Amino acid sequence: MMAYLGRRLGQAALLLVVVSMIGFAILHLAPGGPMAQYAMGSNMSQEDLDRIAAQLGLDRPLPVQYAEWFWRMLGGNWGTSYRGGQPVLHVIGSHLGATLELMLTATLIAVVLGCWIGILGAIRRYSVFDYLATIGAMVALSIPTFWFGLVAIFIFSVELGWMPAGNRQTIGDGSLLDMLHHLIMPALVLALVETAIWSRFMRSSMLDVVNQDYIRTARAKGLPEWRVLSDHAFRNALLPMITVAGLQLPTLLGGALVTETVFTWPGMGRLFLDSIEYRDYPVVMGILMFSASLVLIGNLLADMLYAVADPRIRLG
Amino acid sequence: MEAGSGDILLEVEKLAIRFRTHGGESAAVSDVSFCLKRGETLAMVGESGSGKSVTSLALMRLLPKAPLCTVSGSVRLRGKDGGMLDVLSLPESRMRAVRGDNVSMVFQEPMTSLNPVQTIGAQITETIRLHRPMGRRAADEEAVRLLDLVGIPAARQRLTAYPHQLSGGMRQRAMIAMALSCEPSVLIADEPTTALDVTIQAQILDLLRRLQEQTGMAVIFITHNLGVVAEIADRVMVMYAGRVVEQADVVPLFRQPLMPYTQGLLRSVPRLDLAGRRTGALSAIRGNVPDPRRPPPGCAFHPRCDFFVGGRCDVQAPALDVTSDDRQVRCLRWSEIAA
Repeated sequence: MMAYLGRRLGQAALLLVVVSMIGFAILHLAPGGPMAQYAMGSNMSQEDLDRIAAQLGLDRPLPVQYAEWFWRMLGGNWGTSYRGGQPVLHVIGSHLGATLELMLTATLIAVVLGCWIGILGAIRRYSVFDYLATIGAMVALSIPTFWFGLVAIFIFSVELGWMPAGNRQTIGDGSLLDMLHHLIMPALVLALVETAIWSRFMRSSMLDVVNQDYIRTARAKGLPEWRVLSDHAFRNALLPMITVAGLQLPTLLGGALVTETVFTWPGMGRLFLDSIEYRDYPVVMGILMFSASLVLIGNLLADMLYAVADPRIRLG
Repeated sequence: MEAGSGDILLEVEKLAIRFRTHGGESAAVSDVSFCLKRGETLAMVGESGSGKSVTSLALMRLLPKAPLCTVSGSVRLRGKDGGMLDVLSLPESRMRAVRGDNVSMVFQEPMTSLNPVQTIGAQITETIRLHRPMGRRAADEEAVRLLDLVGIPAARQRLTAYPHQLSGGMRQRAMIAMALSCEPSVLIADEPTTALDVTIQAQILDLLRRLQEQTGMAVIFITHNLGVVAEIADRVMVMYAGRVVEQADVVPLFRQPLMPYTQGLLRSVPRLDLAGRRTGALSAIRGNVPDPRRPPPGCAFHPRCDFFVGGRCDVQAPALDVTSDDRQVRCLRWSEIAA
């Protein structure tokens, strides 16, 4: 178990280095840069600009810049934002809560709703409900998140006026009710695609299981149908879903980026986009590394959880 | 032992099972009648698709519901109170109380028939506690007793074992322990030894026979292995294309099979005696089992039969004749063939 964990962590570390290299290269090779922001519209001389570039270390060759950034990051110094001058970790930390709030709520909705739809679809296979759920999932998967978000804002905020169009809370009102009111729409929009995915996986997993021999054994024992489903089928059908959950993490992060932008949600996703626009290299790299770590840890946790949940699998 | 009518545990009359499939309606089983006495073992023999397993599932009422599948005829089972239950018309809640308590089943694949994520103990106590008012601890003790009974060593430790931690033979023993947990009067064993090694097969057969002597339960033993039949059965029911084609006590059946299909089955068993070695090749029944959606006219076996007579076997469907020595045979020409 420990050997397995060590090996997986080693792989994850290696992967993070590769991610950082590719991210760093793409970011720095993209046209424009932090210096372009200074050069445009301000009346700084070329010498001033050169001095700032030297201060930021941007005048040195790219590999050297990368090595310096990497070395500092290992020491816990993730740099400071070009925009606000605050330490990167501090900037990420101040946006993390909003993102987690949104992601966890959306995941909760998606898992509960998706599992329920999937199980019902599997039990009542080829019923009207099953067909509607299938069509619904295909539609949800085909609609771009940003479009769905904009339509939701248009209907519920602009036309009906039921929901706030964005932000995490009304300024000056931090009550739980107010925050929930703000949370509902972005969480539902973010949950839409997740729900569709969960329902499809759950349905097929449940269909696999209900045709197994041990389900027939459970029925032959005289168990009522709901206990056959809950005690024998559900538990087994849930096992592959752990892997699905791990694999959904990147999709969720990507979805959060779009949703946060549409709903001006003060989370990491919007911070990431804003920082890219400003070529705020340290913040972009920081978020990249942070979310990459999150995904890798999530997958590792999913694999370990699988071993706990399935007695047939012993990690070694 | 002379059997009175109180010794009859199961009575099946004119059982017919039809499935609705994409290719149309098909009669999986028709006109199956038999009865089963206390302590008796009935072997159901036939090729794949002959309707053995479907018949057994119908006895448990575990087939898909109408309109996918319709079951007619009558199945009467002795209840624990001594009265006869009409299985096919019991309400579902009463039927659930019967399953696992009055009748239980052992399946072919001990690997896939046990829930992989539940311990052996949990799966046995589940049945016990479903049918008996028993606490967790008492049920655990009972499970240990049952595992001991079916010859699983270190029974107490096995309670917390998962199915994959046991060998195939041990799993099948656990499966039998589970089926026996409520002392059923009828045990249906659907090819319980087919997936096991030959040596393990013999052990499981011994076990079943010993348990049957102890409890007096009746056993329906489904198999296509005639060696097993000779070993365990009192009576044999040969099925072909969803119908009973011959029913007789085991010794007369092996000594003188009346139906050409039974004769073919017996001839196709590999023998280790010298006669078999001299002739070399095994004799197989030519052709295949007919498609149940398009059964051949007349006798369902006529396209494969050595005694086929045109204009007779392919026109007239044979009825199940009862012979003078109380055997049953479904063949137009059986008396000519036997003579």
